[in-house]
Amino acid sequence: MTRKEIFINSAFTDNAVWKQILGICSSLAVTNLMMNSLIMGLGVTFALALSCLTVSIIREYTPRSVRMIAQTLIMAAYVIMVDIMLKAFLPDVSKQLGPYVGLIITNCILMGRLEAFASKNPPLDSVIDGIGAGLGYTMVLLVISFVRELFGFGTLFGFKIFGSWWTNWSIMVMAPSAFFLLALLIWFVNNKYYKVV
Amino acid sequence: MEISAFLLFWAAIFTSNILLTNFLGMCSYLSVSKEVESSMGLGIAVSFVLVFTTALNWLAYHYLLVPFHIEYLQYIVFIIVIAAFVQLLELLIERFAPALYYSLGIFLPLITVNCAIFGVSLFMVIRNYNFLQSIAYGFGSGLGWLLAILMLAGLRGKLREKMVPAGLRGTGISLIITGIMALAFVGFSGIAPIQ
Repeated sequence: MTRKEIFINSAFTDNAVWKQILGICSSLAVTNLMMNSLIMGLGVTFALALSCLTVSIIREYTPRSVRMIAQTLIMAAYVIMVDIMLKAFLPDVSKQLGPYVGLIITNCILMGRLEAFASKNPPLDSVIDGIGAGLGYTMVLLVISFVRELFGFGTLFGFKIFGSWWTNWSIMVMAPSAFFLLALLIWFVNNKYYKVV
Repeated sequence: MEISAFLLFWAAIFTSNILLTNFLGMCSYLSVSKEVESSMGLGIAVSFVLVFTTALNWLAYHYLLVPFHIEYLQYIVFIIVIAAFVQLLELLIERFAPALYYSLGIFLPLITVNCAIFGVSLFMVIRNYNFLQSIAYGFGSGLGWLLAILMLAGLRGKLREKMVPAGLRGTGISLIITGIMALAFVGFSGIAPIQ
């Protein structure tokens, strides 16, 4: 596979959320505001790309028996970096994301990509695969949060879109709408992209 | 701090269900909920592990991390505590209750990566629970998760023979069922707010 194919594959064809059904927790929890989704997506992309790089570099020196714990600790180190950066530069977003930043560690997308790709492939390919998977995840988050923020608050990235005539749909702010929207997205992608009939 | 542990226990099951309002533990929830029996097994294992890891993590946080001012290492410490506890539990069950091991054992490795376990420990730190509150919250969350996965498994069993649009089969329809369940649980909110 060329590097471009690797990227397309991990961002779209094998998209972590709609195809592999991984990382559902955070894609539902942080999508009530677009800003939170964007920051979360970039945080995951950062942690994922760097963990892929590290795991790929040490892949020949890691014994199979301690592979899992080594990968978990590498991920945890990068997630702590993301957490400290958010607390320093974006304290408001950090407070709203709450435990979900730490939960990047148990986000199955990371473990999935490390196990399936980075532990078998050279560093540069692994980083491209990690960035692709991270951006594919960010894209899904932004699509869901676009609908939820627009109808739930009448805003996008905090800017008012609808005027004072708009009544906020409180269902969009609450948990159930996230489940429905993700189901609709998966349905749409299955029909249009994978042509499941 | 004024919430009693008893109230917190019920609140964790109904008003702020770990899965239906905080979206934690979705991965294993969606993949294991095909059969009622295996859902039951995993749910019990999750509740059991949650009680003990929440207690251990509370002790680790307040007696190890806070005195040395290394709170930023909480993620690594919590993950290690959870992984070590699950491993230990697996060894003990295999040694002393082989029958239980064969029905429950396959779920134990899954639990280490279940984000509900890790998430409850993080919520415990963020919301500043005391020891008793943490255990009550951990146990309640486990039972709440068990309740949610059992309901989904039962409903999925009924749906197996029904006509579902091809693109929705599997995950899609499970998410819609979960959404309807979450709507029903919104009805409980306001009875006992815990944040």
